[in-house]
Amino acid sequence: MSAAQQVNFYQVGTFAAGNRLLGPELQSDQSDPARANALTSGHRACQGCGEALGARYVLDAAQRAAGGKVIAVNATGCLEVFSTPYPETSWQLPWLHSLFGNAPAVAAGVAAALRAKGRTDVRVVGQGGDGGSVDIGFGCLSGMFERGDDVLYVCYDNEAYMNTGVQRSGATPPAARTATTQAVGEEPGAAFGQGKSLPLIAMAHEIPYVATATVAGLRDLEAKVHRAMGMRGARYLHVLVPCPLGWGTASCDTVRIARLAEQSGLFPVFEAEHGEVTDVTPIRRRVPVEEYLRPQKRYAHLFEPEPHTDVIARIQRTADRNIARFGLQAEEAVP
Amino acid sequence: MLKQTEGSRAVAETVAYCRPEVIAAYPISPQTHIVEELSRLVKSGALKPCEYVNVESEFAAMSLCIGASAAGARAYTATASQGLLYMVEALYNASGLGLPIVMTVANRAIGAPINIWNDHSDAMSQRDSGWIQLYARDNQEAADLHPQAFRLAEELSLPVMVCMDGFVLTHAWERIEVPEQRQVDAFLPPYEPRQVLDPDEPVSIGAMVGPEAFTEVRYLAHAKQMQALEAIPRVAEDFRRVFGRASGGLVQPYLCEDAETIVVALGSVLGTICDVVDEMRGRGVRIGALGITSFRPFPLDAVRKVLGGARQVVVLERALAVGIGGIVSANVRTALSGIQLDGRTVIAGLGGRAITKASLHRLFDDAIAGRLEPLTFLDLDTGLVERELARMARTRRSGPSAENILRDVGSNR
Repeated sequence: MSAAQQVNFYQVGTFAAGNRLLGPELQSDQSDPARANALTSGHRACQGCGEALGARYVLDAAQRAAGGKVIAVNATGCLEVFSTPYPETSWQLPWLHSLFGNAPAVAAGVAAALRAKGRTDVRVVGQGGDGGSVDIGFGCLSGMFERGDDVLYVCYDNEAYMNTGVQRSGATPPAARTATTQAVGEEPGAAFGQGKSLPLIAMAHEIPYVATATVAGLRDLEAKVHRAMGMRGARYLHVLVPCPLGWGTASCDTVRIARLAEQSGLFPVFEAEHGEVTDVTPIRRRVPVEEYLRPQKRYAHLFEPEPHTDVIARIQRTADRNIARFGLQAEEAVP
Repeated sequence: MLKQTEGSRAVAETVAYCRPEVIAAYPISPQTHIVEELSRLVKSGALKPCEYVNVESEFAAMSLCIGASAAGARAYTATASQGLLYMVEALYNASGLGLPIVMTVANRAIGAPINIWNDHSDAMSQRDSGWIQLYARDNQEAADLHPQAFRLAEELSLPVMVCMDGFVLTHAWERIEVPEQRQVDAFLPPYEPRQVLDPDEPVSIGAMVGPEAFTEVRYLAHAKQMQALEAIPRVAEDFRRVFGRASGGLVQPYLCEDAETIVVALGSVLGTICDVVDEMRGRGVRIGALGITSFRPFPLDAVRKVLGGARQVVVLERALAVGIGGIVSANVRTALSGIQLDGRTVIAGLGGRAITKASLHRLFDDAIAGRLEPLTFLDLDTGLVERELARMARTRRSGPSAENILRDVGSNR
């Protein structure tokens, strides 16, 4: 599949290629040789880990925005485990891991301490996976939002509990196979009608800034981190990070899969301020959901032995609804 | 300054003089008056700089303190009962990370059945959490233990729980010598963290530790508590010098030197016990009392020294280890290892049941006369229990025991 994929480089208005042709102010943080390398090399993430990629971009952008004065608070999960196997650490910024379900409250505590000490120059980033944010840390996160604690919280969403061996979370999409929603029985995979959108829930708190992003749009991700860091109060960033292990995708396909999630409409990329959507990333080349689902082994049961067209159509309706709801259809679609 | 005040308010005022920089607040009876008063002190500007954060749960309260403490701030919270249990995961985390958080526990029973009144089930359940646990015998001590708790916590990089009996102390009004700011400042230096989240000197806190070093890290936690055995009396002595009164320490013996029978207890019941000891001494009975102020670390040597010469020890506990009996007793027995003496465990005052002088007189007379079972439930209504046991034997669907017993109590009135 990937070998046959045709790759087009567009030099006009995108940042996908030709970065070095741009002026320094438009170049990405990651292209800067003096970048922070907040999550430095040598960690133990799987090859092609979307979360490691996302976290590196997020934290380096945050470091640049805050003049290198960032404290990171991490929930338990892959990102924590692969970055700090004793006695090593990949973090080149002050970093605190407490528990699975309390990262937002711990981050709020760091922010409160900094405020009490008058150190408003130091900024706080909380981070967790979808399990730590959508499920077990949800109460603490909602509290942090509601109080307006001065924290940028980032959820790296790989749609299941990957660290414990791919179990279903509240962010697992319908039909996806996980170790606790296995591809057996009448309705294989995760159930339809379950799961929640944390970005929409975050918006309901009317916090200053909510945004979604994927590791396919890394320049967009950096820009959103900068926008978030330019504000105070509780801010939320939800980043889709494909997981080769849990999704059953090739390590080299992480960015491509993330892009297909976006282009199919299954993962809407947007920004919201104070509860109102302010911007969306239009889909320029729309793809049917099948194109996104097929390369992922977690959806293999939808295609073997023969395609479950009804289930695929149901997922397509979700994508269509997202596109209509967020106005994702680009006015000028690229064929 | 000597004033007529509520225990909770005296604690809140004293905590404020300790200059906490971050306070996490979540309401639960009977602790609530403490954080209410602190809220007033922060909002009015009397306590500053201080961030007072109304959190959404006790789990968040302790988690917020963890973040604040790791960022170098003096952090405080207060809780009780179910709230303490709700933050358990964070309790172990705070001590494991070596963060000097101070927390007041307004001791209260744990459900089910739900019960808001005093016993020690909550704090006792956390005896292995790695926190230092100090138990106050009265409101004066409850207030005084807080500056000592911050001193100990920050010196040792360990969190400290100050346990005070819910309602019995928290809601009692009496004359208390509330510490003054200049005294607390003289006693408690500014917080100098051992580890801090600082962009100028980035460290990773909370890394994973595998079998190669986990035992060593845990051993250090124990070693620090052993250091506390030395630090607690020293800090109490410093306190006496600055404030001019004795408070805290490891243990508080009362008329134990020539005592044949010694009653061991923690918390506010010591007041009643000492009154009974006085009265029995008036009758010529050689009885004494040993208050344990530091339950964690448990002062094995100090307890052994006081109890070693007695003929009989009665441990009065406001908690129950279901399936075995005493919690404090087990620790006391460890202290008395190798010493043959008659030891009795008495479970008393659960869920706020009053421990009266009359009951204690009967109890101690029975103990001395050798009439006490090894495990005794003080003032247990055996009829009530037996009737419920009979109902359970009679029919499978006997229903909820607590409600059955209440109905029984009601119908016998």
